[in-house]
Amino acid sequence: MATTAPESRPRRPPTRGLLGGASVPDAAFRAVALAFGALVLALIAAMVAVMVQGSVHAIQRFGLGFLSGTLWSPNDRIFGALPFIYGTVVSSLLALLIATPIGLGVAIFLVEMAPHHVSNAISVLVELLAAIPSVLLGLWGIFVMVPFLQRTVEPALQAVFPGVPLFEGAPYGVGLLAAGLILAIMIVPTIVAISRDVMATVPVAQREAMLALGATPWETTRRAVLPYATSGILGAVVLGLGRALGETMAVTMVIGNRPVISPSLLEPSYTMASVLANEFTDATYDLYVSALIEIGLVLFGITILMNVAARLLVRRTARVSGRGER
Amino acid sequence: MDRTGARPPEALLEAAAPARGAAVAAPAASAVRIDSLGAWYGARKAIEGISLAIAPRTVTAVIGPSGCGKSTLIRCVDRLHEVTPGARVEGRVHVGDVDIYAPGTDPVAVRSMVGMVFQKPNPFPTMSVYENVAAGPRLRGSRIPRGALDDLVERNLRRAALWDEVKDKLGRPGADLSGGQQQRLCIARALATDPAVLLMDEPCSALDPISTYRIEELMRELAGDVTIVIVTHNMQQASRVSEWTAFVLAGDDGIGRLVEFDATEQLFTKPADPRTEAYITGRFG
Amino acid sequence: MASPALAVRPALALGRRRVVDRAMSVLFVAATVAAVTPLLLVVGYIAVQGAHGLSIALVTQLPAPVGEPGGGMGNAFVGSAILIAVASAIALPVGILSGVYLSEFGGGRFGDVLRFFTDVLTGVPSIVVGIVAYTILVVPLRSFSALSGGFALSIIMIPTVARTTEEALKRVPLTIREASLALGVHEWTTILRVVIPTGLAGIVTGAMLGIARISGETAPLLFTAFGSAFWQQGLLKPIAAVPLQIFQYAISPYTDWHEQAWAAALILMLLVLGLNVAIRAVTRTGFRTVR
Repeated sequence: MATTAPESRPRRPPTRGLLGGASVPDAAFRAVALAFGALVLALIAAMVAVMVQGSVHAIQRFGLGFLSGTLWSPNDRIFGALPFIYGTVVSSLLALLIATPIGLGVAIFLVEMAPHHVSNAISVLVELLAAIPSVLLGLWGIFVMVPFLQRTVEPALQAVFPGVPLFEGAPYGVGLLAAGLILAIMIVPTIVAISRDVMATVPVAQREAMLALGATPWETTRRAVLPYATSGILGAVVLGLGRALGETMAVTMVIGNRPVISPSLLEPSYTMASVLANEFTDATYDLYVSALIEIGLVLFGITILMNVAARLLVRRTARVSGRGER
Repeated sequence: MDRTGARPPEALLEAAAPARGAAVAAPAASAVRIDSLGAWYGARKAIEGISLAIAPRTVTAVIGPSGCGKSTLIRCVDRLHEVTPGARVEGRVHVGDVDIYAPGTDPVAVRSMVGMVFQKPNPFPTMSVYENVAAGPRLRGSRIPRGALDDLVERNLRRAALWDEVKDKLGRPGADLSGGQQQRLCIARALATDPAVLLMDEPCSALDPISTYRIEELMRELAGDVTIVIVTHNMQQASRVSEWTAFVLAGDDGIGRLVEFDATEQLFTKPADPRTEAYITGRFG
Repeated sequence: MASPALAVRPALALGRRRVVDRAMSVLFVAATVAAVTPLLLVVGYIAVQGAHGLSIALVTQLPAPVGEPGGGMGNAFVGSAILIAVASAIALPVGILSGVYLSEFGGGRFGDVLRFFTDVLTGVPSIVVGIVAYTILVVPLRSFSALSGGFALSIIMIPTVARTTEEALKRVPLTIREASLALGVHEWTTILRVVIPTGLAGIVTGAMLGIARISGETAPLLFTAFGSAFWQQGLLKPIAAVPLQIFQYAISPYTDWHEQAWAAALILMLLVLGLNVAIRAVTRTGFRTVR
């Protein structure tokens, strides 16, 4: 039986994809799932709106001077956020300075050196560390780490670096150093997990080519793995920084909570998240509340930027090493 | 609860029937009639200008080198091709006298009257042997009394020549069966929706020779009441099981076209096209 | 003259490279030790210190007035359970359905946007989440409340649930979906009755991860749940929570309270680590828990 050619009557080819061809219940189900997805986006939009709305009062009153003001005195209705910004940035950078080499070292150990089962076991341990609630780290920080810093580490630092402004002042235990250390403990897992994943995407063939040339394992890592993973590792570090900037409880418990700007790491300080934790429920008048929300808005903005930057960097590595994120 | 899902597919197909118009009524003589079929994956065209008429209650083999688009071809007959993002289809396909790409036709209804068996056995992992066979009617929302469902499961496991092996483990997960048994379970699952046409996409490629033999035997038995189209890269298999064979070949442009369609014996012994001869004598592919 | 030098130089060079290689290896092992040590120290201290203060009263009684011995924080344990239940009631439907969207229909631009912002949401500081929940629920309702606390926690839980659900469903093989569609089963029925049951273990994992994540959260509760010295009085009233109580006791000057803080910390730690270990045991594949 010969087939009849339909060319004589051209018509629109029925080119419905899944969406076009979906029947009513399928379309309804899609719509429901879409609505819930949209709800998540709406939630984020609402968060931005709430924070901006809440800050308007303080922004109108203080303008940019809010960010550069060094005096925070709610009793006098004077609100300068610089001490908190300073404390946040310094404690986070200190944490990064400690956590980056350690985190990267662990990731290299896990991906390049350790036998499979050791690597798995340590990955699990490090991820469990990430799961410990920050209030528990703070508890340990107050009762174990701070006294240890005060009695042992800080006097030793002062003895080794006499007169260095970084280590001046009475050793309180609480302060920027304590905050930086506790933050470092908290962000090491982030840096390890992401750089490990990024390094694992480097093709085995790259490593083998390097080894075959007579390179030592370290040379292979340095020449064949790290260059591929650079932007992803950078992403891991930025993500860790974002986490450190926004961390609240553990820092609040060990930083000393004093809104001063001092070059010494041993002095008490204050962070943006900590002042929110401590003063938000005590804020007795609108301007005070608004000033606090503006601090929250600044923190929100910075951490979102950090997150966006970090995820773009990690995604770029995934693309470069040819294993796209789906 | 959704009512449409419970509607028998025939109702939808009847609703779609007038849209096709009397002038293009397909001859009832063919179980499947493909007219100038083309299919795309995004911007890439996979097959082009394929026309075929498949007689009812026969076994038709589609052969050709890998990548020639033979799987795409039969996926178009089940409206499964379009499930791939970016995929589209041109041309017309009739199953029985239903124009399955007519604008009013529900792809879900088409899929319920065409059965499909895939390359790798894919029983539903969360379901038992029994539930796998009953999955089609059940998930489509049919309210079948327990007794009738038991009968349906037994009948189709028997049709798939699996009943004796699994009658004592109907409650066990389908994934616990051996590979060959899993594939026969998938055949039973497809048969349980009572399809007019059963499409098989290289159903034996993941199986051992003994399981392959059993499935080939099964196909010959089933051909009594179902029209079977099997895609295979194995020419011996095609000549063993089929009455008709279609040879599909991708040109230099990578687009698959039908080279030859004839009675299996004719095609393998006196191919009309030199490319067919080259393929069956092993000169390429 | 030249030939012995040539023979020696590569060996010497390799010697130095070997030393560098060794030194780097030692550094990486040291870094690993440095990363794991704090974990063991924190876990060890909490275990030892917490064991002292463990008692039935801790989980059954109300706090005693300052200066009086005894008492507990039973209300905080009940409060935390209620807060987690409220958060789950919001976050599970929203998270799972967004995950279904991302996995099943999220191939387009909107899916990419949603995926990206869901990830970004995990990075929002939890204290900011607290301010948002305060503004949206506490201010209009004129009271700190369990509801606002649960809402704040749900915002933290949603991205975890959504992304693990997506990953779980994406692991369901395409052939399983096609098998169902080929039977003439509707897409929505296929997703609800075939795809989701197949990926259920992963979805449950996501829910457990989410609960593990929020059960220790403190910052978002400071000005939502607020804390309370009494048993719960309904969803619209302030409510106690274990992490809040630990924080308040830890910064207090009373040694009795410190001891209770350690003991409660031990219970919280066992719960959180237990959940994480359980998740790992269930999904042998090793789930990403750090984002």
